[in-house]
Amino acid sequence: MTGASRPPADVLAAGGIDPRWSRTLEVGPRSWHLLDNGPTLDAEPVGTLLCVHGNPTWSFLWRRLLAAGARAERPWRVVAVDQLEMGYSERTGEQHRLAGRVADLGALTDHLGLAGPVVTVGHDWGGLVSLGWALDHPDLLAGVVLTNTAVHHEPADTLPAPLRVATARGVLPVGTVTTPAFLETTLALAHPRLEPAVADGFRAPYRTAERRSGIGGFVADIPAAADHPSRPELDRIAAGIPDLDVPVLLLWGPRDPVFSARYLRDLRERLPHADVHRFEGAGHLVVEDADVAGAVLRWLDTRDAPDAPTASDEPYRALGATLEERAGDDGTALIELAGPRSRRVTWAALAARTEQLARGLAASGVRPGDRVALLVPPGADLTAVLYACLRLGAVVVVADAGLGVQGLTRAVRAADPTVVIGIERALVAARWLRWAPTLVSAGPLRAGVARSLGVSASLDDLAALGRSSTEELAWPNPDADAAVLFTSGSTGPAKGVVYTHRRLAAMRDVVARTYGIGPDSPLVAAFAPFVLLGPALGATSASPDMDVTSPGTLTARALAEAVRAIDAAVVFASPAALRSVVRTADGSELAALADVRLFLSAGAPVGLDLLEAAATLMPSAHAHTPYGMTEALVVADMSLDELRDLGAGDGVCVGRPVAGVRVALSALDAGGEPTGAPDHQAGVTGEVLVAAAHVKDRYDALWVTQQASARDAGWHRTGDVGHLDPDGRLWIEGRLAHVLVTADGVRTPVGLEQRAQTVDQVVSAAVVGVGPRGAQQVVVVVQPEVWSHGPVVADPVLAAAVRAALDGTAVAAVLVVEQLPTDVRHSSKIDRTRVAAWAERVLAGERARL
Amino acid sequence: MSRLLVTGASGMLGRAVAARLVADGHDVRTLQRSASRVAGAHDIGGSITDAGCVRSALRDRDAVVHLAAKVTITGPLAQFEEVNVGGTRLLLDEARAAGVARFVHVSTPSVAHHGRSLTGAGAGPADPGHARGSYARTKATAELLALAADDPAGLRVIAVRPHIVWGPGDTQLVGRIVDRARSGRLPVLGDGAALIDTTYVDNAVDALVAALDADVAAYGSPYVVTNGEPRPVVELLAGICAASGVPVPRRHVPAGLARAAGSVLDVAWRTFPLAGEPPLTRFVAEQLSTAHWFDQRRTRDALGWTPLVGLDEGLERLAGWTARQAPAVAP
Repeated sequence: MTGASRPPADVLAAGGIDPRWSRTLEVGPRSWHLLDNGPTLDAEPVGTLLCVHGNPTWSFLWRRLLAAGARAERPWRVVAVDQLEMGYSERTGEQHRLAGRVADLGALTDHLGLAGPVVTVGHDWGGLVSLGWALDHPDLLAGVVLTNTAVHHEPADTLPAPLRVATARGVLPVGTVTTPAFLETTLALAHPRLEPAVADGFRAPYRTAERRSGIGGFVADIPAAADHPSRPELDRIAAGIPDLDVPVLLLWGPRDPVFSARYLRDLRERLPHADVHRFEGAGHLVVEDADVAGAVLRWLDTRDAPDAPTASDEPYRALGATLEERAGDDGTALIELAGPRSRRVTWAALAARTEQLARGLAASGVRPGDRVALLVPPGADLTAVLYACLRLGAVVVVADAGLGVQGLTRAVRAADPTVVIGIERALVAARWLRWAPTLVSAGPLRAGVARSLGVSASLDDLAALGRSSTEELAWPNPDADAAVLFTSGSTGPAKGVVYTHRRLAAMRDVVARTYGIGPDSPLVAAFAPFVLLGPALGATSASPDMDVTSPGTLTARALAEAVRAIDAAVVFASPAALRSVVRTADGSELAALADVRLFLSAGAPVGLDLLEAAATLMPSAHAHTPYGMTEALVVADMSLDELRDLGAGDGVCVGRPVAGVRVALSALDAGGEPTGAPDHQAGVTGEVLVAAAHVKDRYDALWVTQQASARDAGWHRTGDVGHLDPDGRLWIEGRLAHVLVTADGVRTPVGLEQRAQTVDQVVSAAVVGVGPRGAQQVVVVVQPEVWSHGPVVADPVLAAAVRAALDGTAVAAVLVVEQLPTDVRHSSKIDRTRVAAWAERVLAGERARL
Repeated sequence: MSRLLVTGASGMLGRAVAARLVADGHDVRTLQRSASRVAGAHDIGGSITDAGCVRSALRDRDAVVHLAAKVTITGPLAQFEEVNVGGTRLLLDEARAAGVARFVHVSTPSVAHHGRSLTGAGAGPADPGHARGSYARTKATAELLALAADDPAGLRVIAVRPHIVWGPGDTQLVGRIVDRARSGRLPVLGDGAALIDTTYVDNAVDALVAALDADVAAYGSPYVVTNGEPRPVVELLAGICAASGVPVPRRHVPAGLARAAGSVLDVAWRTFPLAGEPPLTRFVAEQLSTAHWFDQRRTRDALGWTPLVGLDEGLERLAGWTARQAPAVAP
């Protein structure tokens, strides 16, 4: 038996651990090693973070939290223990059981004399121990932080596969003790790989089989079976945590083969009030992979700040109210034009179908608040099931195929739906990529297919079930979650955006108010979010024959047919769809389009040329381009007439904020960071801030991101950068992530790109920075009209012309590429992040492909 | 008026510095083996490795600008060490003994260059162990010596690293490019896209003069000096060729191949008594196929200096100079 010891100096140094934090402590018969930043704090700490590591790590895991807590202002004392038989705590060879570990930890904190407030922080099986401590110390407890852990296994549940292997008879001692395999496997789960010195730091206390015996003991204490000695304590903890009335933060690495999504779901169900952040790309060692320390301190800091007022005075009318009111109306609600056949649905039929599906979903066990992913192309089916979910209070998860299979998988997994309703193709993916436990097919499937995919029902089945149900459905709470939409992911992975029923209703109202759309204005929508709004607005709607995931497939003929079918007054189309319409127009569609009174193009900046060309096809129509984003679908509006009168400026003018929307800017500082307070001063470039009743409620399971986007009370930070002109019009200059910081100051890309595009032969341009922020060099990458397989560095004539166009900004290089990459969803926003990474390599003399 | 010594005033930069200091009204003495041809400066002919010469050159001087160095691309290491390390050590020792107040040591960014790309780099510490080639290694040792000699109570030393200085009359960069381009031996390595920053001679002169006058707080450290206008190497070569009236290079050679060829030629020139310079050395191949540009903010703040002659203006001046030379060199 060996008592606790202090880690060697080089191990502490490798982790940046202040040697004064490391101490040993005898508590009764127990001999502990722990890290405690208390002795080095300059000010009285706000409270104590009690950190408990899992298996097979040690307190080294919490080194960054210890350092972060020891800040000058509002410091937190951080106490990170090495569990007994682990790290540098004692080695007795004793088998510790969960209840014993919880009790021993309590004895240790008694000995330390920890006074409140205490926030527990646990990882892996340390999460369980920390929760046991939390339940035993309600008077001290002020909060709970959990990272990739689990509290409960139904005895019938299978263990996570890696642990099944580890606990198998015969494998256990070999895998965990005799060889360092379990330790090495765990360390290999880090994304990105651990720095060698850090990995060695984790290995340091486990160099011999004798020192590793605790790892095996820990694995052997996993109470998988119902008769396991640690089972009663596990059940006590699992049963106790729903009563925890302190704030909870769940920080999660989704790439974890041990604690997979179902454990996060289980924790969220037990702790519904928890704040959640999934670090996309991080895994089991989330504490290593992501800035957990920063997230924890930020969360602790916001605990003290008052919540921003969110109450709305606006009267609320549910999004589905119109549909219910028109249940007896035999007029046309929507027409779906797809291929040779078209489908007409009356208001009465749509309302009935919606009601049946809502009841059917309820009867099949879907409850208000359950998440239902809809992987159905826009049309009558999607409309009915969407409004059915909203009626029931199920939260719709609307991920579009425009994200690509990988993006879609990430998005759906992040939203963690309990049901996926999809067309066959989507169900195949949902089944094999395990998107949800329950699958429902949008259309009828052959029996064999349904069985092999494990599909439980079709929409028709649900409707039939609904017809026989007499259950009265209550309307959902206006402030309950209604929908999760996704950002396009042009800067990082797509983010889930949560809307409440009240916010969705406000979105309907702002569209109705801004564009006067209602029962008298039938609309044709070739743009995903607006396809679904028709029934809410009371407007007859038609979706043209096209592949909505590929806007370039809309032809002038298809648009004219859709307009003719409902005598449409309003047309919505993305710029890519509009461009395709202009390209395919041959004059035969003019008669049909002559009476359109309004057309809207949104989703990406729309050029004057394109709007003019579209206007010649729809001569009686007012042309408008709304500016918005997934988080606030309509923010500002610009008309073609106004655009015509406007000269060139720095960026794209998106017009004035629409009624009910406030826009402000947070000025960029010299480092390119938006540090300014919300302001309206003209000519100052900053991040665009939006306040409106229809702004998102929050990002989904992205607590840190949400905090950053909502750090100014009442405002949403859009991530767009721009300025206001003296007439109150908003100009967009690019994405915050694409701002350049050169030695001569901050530069924004869009205005410079527009100037580069005035050069003959240049079709499009991307302006990016290379080199370290603050000393970046400006690089212009152009796509020429004719690409001739020439050298990547532009010829002197082209380079000189581009430099002249960008007069006032030093341009280090002009590069030529065949094609600039664009985003998947709109195929119109240039992927500047990718261009910048490529330019960085090429201009360093490396070979690289774009 | 100060009493100044400029070493190495027979090279393009040294001559320009001496001429500027004379024009600014200083008492300027120069030390180099051949005549400086700077009107108004007092030449002392001799080597910086000759203690007697150095001592008499430093007598009664307030400050030194030390440019003298062996700068060739090839040659025996011992020769580089003798001049670049030994000469610098001697100058520092004698300057201290003579009561000189300020010593501007002219260095090069290659003292901190390990052969990889430098993109927006600062002035990293000189590293004789990893610098590439005899010139850079001995200059690295010399810079470490010079900065170690900085003494707040006595001789103050500052190191200034101008990067690739060029201009009219330059035999180092412009001369070599023009020679090779004229004989069709100037290939572009790889894409020729590597960003390279250079220094127009007048800007380097301004920076060295600014260093002489800089706040003493700036002393004791190295500073990289460039135009702050990096360009793809192919664009630079084309600009210099065009301004010098020689054909613009069109032949692209894979960068890896050029580096390998350079290594072979390095060995050949070391092993066999071959005349002149090898057509390509590994050092030059690396220089021409990796990025070298720098974060200038610290330098500009510390020296209170900004480059006044832009790259395009510099090329115009070079073209003007070429035009004026043309009648003289025409056959």
